[in-house]
Amino acid sequence: MIPHQAIMNKAKDRKFERNPDLAPNADYHDLVDQLEKDGEWEVQRVPEPYIEVQTKFGRKKKIPLQTTWHHKSCGQCGHIPGYSTSVFWINRQLGLDYHDPTDQTSCTAWNYYASATSNAAAQSAVAMRNFAAADESGYFPIIHCGTSFGHYKETRQQLIHSEKLRHQVRDVLKMMGKKLVMPEEVVHYSEWIHAVRDKIAERQVIDMSKIRATIHPACHYHKLVGEDAIFAPEIYGGQRTAIITATLIALGIDVKDYSTWFDCCGFGFRHILVSRDFSRSFAVQRKIEVMKEEADPDILITHDTGCVTTLDQSQFAAKAHDRNVGLPVMSDSQLAALAMGAHPYKVLQLHWHSTDMKPFLQKIGIDTDKAWAEFEEAVAKLRSGEKQYLTWEDCDE
Amino acid sequence: MGLDLSGKQYRKVPYEEKEALLEEVKEDLRFGDYMYGCYDCGICVAACPSARFYDFSPRKIAQSVAREDVDLFYVFLNDSVWDCSQCFSCDRCPRQNSPGGLITLMREVAVKHGLASAQEALEGYGRVVYKIMSTGTQVSPDMLQANAFPDWGPHVKDIAENLDVWRKALPPETLHTTEASWKVDEKTLIELYLIWHATGVMDMIKEVDEGLFMILQDVMEERLEDAGYDVTFD
Repeated sequence: MIPHQAIMNKAKDRKFERNPDLAPNADYHDLVDQLEKDGEWEVQRVPEPYIEVQTKFGRKKKIPLQTTWHHKSCGQCGHIPGYSTSVFWINRQLGLDYHDPTDQTSCTAWNYYASATSNAAAQSAVAMRNFAAADESGYFPIIHCGTSFGHYKETRQQLIHSEKLRHQVRDVLKMMGKKLVMPEEVVHYSEWIHAVRDKIAERQVIDMSKIRATIHPACHYHKLVGEDAIFAPEIYGGQRTAIITATLIALGIDVKDYSTWFDCCGFGFRHILVSRDFSRSFAVQRKIEVMKEEADPDILITHDTGCVTTLDQSQFAAKAHDRNVGLPVMSDSQLAALAMGAHPYKVLQLHWHSTDMKPFLQKIGIDTDKAWAEFEEAVAKLRSGEKQYLTWEDCDE
Repeated sequence: MGLDLSGKQYRKVPYEEKEALLEEVKEDLRFGDYMYGCYDCGICVAACPSARFYDFSPRKIAQSVAREDVDLFYVFLNDSVWDCSQCFSCDRCPRQNSPGGLITLMREVAVKHGLASAQEALEGYGRVVYKIMSTGTQVSPDMLQANAFPDWGPHVKDIAENLDVWRKALPPETLHTTEASWKVDEKTLIELYLIWHATGVMDMIKEVDEGLFMILQDVMEERLEDAGYDVTFD
């Protein structure tokens, strides 16, 4: 007979402590610094004040509070614009200095993982051109897209370990008058949200204590160079990344578990654009339906471009097959902004989403008809030419 | 119908040609990091989303490369690698392999050599490559058309119909664009074109889609010339 109770008790009593000295690989901080000492590149330091967090093997990671250079995401800006707008809105509400650059290209990794029409040298050169642009501006890069974040970490590994690649990229950048500059940390925006979650909670004006949420951690956040993802002993006992979950808990939300937590969303990079039957099937059958059956959440929160896209947009067609769908999906930045009182359409721009947000919004006390009428009124002023653009000030009226 | 692993479908391709492609994968600077060997345990398959919906196995692909089974490698290179989701769930490999990374290398080699299977896999994808390489951002707001995304719901039609004004209704000034995800400086674009030129990416495009290459060549050469660069992609 299996001694279930004894095993359970043992697991309960066990205290898991991370020891960076037992990490299976070298600390990238040391390697990046050594290459700076060797004159191979410069290192852009995380500006002070920064917040320290713990990563997978118990190492410390510095998250800048402000003076941040926002490396935007193609899919967020193109198709889910309230995602990045919410990141900027939170910065403004917290009175933090940031830069939204036009001297930035895509990391081009979505295309690379979809079509392979590139190579290691080009991908590294694109990354280092963007990093050099950030350094020139005096602001520290913060990466909005999970795939950019993961890919830049991959790129950092490759540049650290290959002198040939490093020198090739250095020569390409030299052609355009740029230096080889590696940031001290590669930071994802959701790590910044995680780091400032208590400041966000201090400014929370919407009660979320009646909300049940499921979360989906992005594969390219915690699987691609996974050592550099945030873990915390108090979240899942330190056995899964703490990203998103810790933020939601700080906002008073009941985060529910489900059995396919580790599964990807079905994005597939190539599939979401030209083979969406796979993306839809996976998102619905392995994620949405499992969440609904096991956790019955009010909302699904995730933290990457592709995940919001796939999990949100895949549910419409599934309705035709009577699948168990109808779960609103948004990013942690949108939810955090909403908790702080951001307008659901002027800031969160929820009309770009597919799933029906109204039941969730109404559950937290938002008059959705009134909010939409306010947005329509603002749009009417743009149509008539009375105003050229919606401004940040308009959002806070 | 499942994947034909017999290799009969490629029996007319000379063994040396297949072997050379495998060697090219192995020569990539990332190969040593992605492939240490394979326990054949299948943990990668258990974590793999593509394995649930396709006849696809990262374990078999890793095995074919680890064992240097040239014929089997060639089958996967043509008939399997494009099913991968590139999520890197397989990075939980106990041997520290990255089957997903290995597949990236295999795809790159397939594109570089213009394999018919790669061309077929990328059919319909050319507009995305064009967008990223020419504008510096990948999915632009104006791609949201009801006929392109009929399965996403009626809001796509609403977005398309209101696109100009809804982009103006975005507070960040950089997002008022419709043809690119955000406003990218001309100088920044020129630098991106120089990267494509210096790293041989345009040569890869030429192999896999000559029509797309010619369109990109026109756009880039003109802008580079205007910026004072004497660069050609021939």
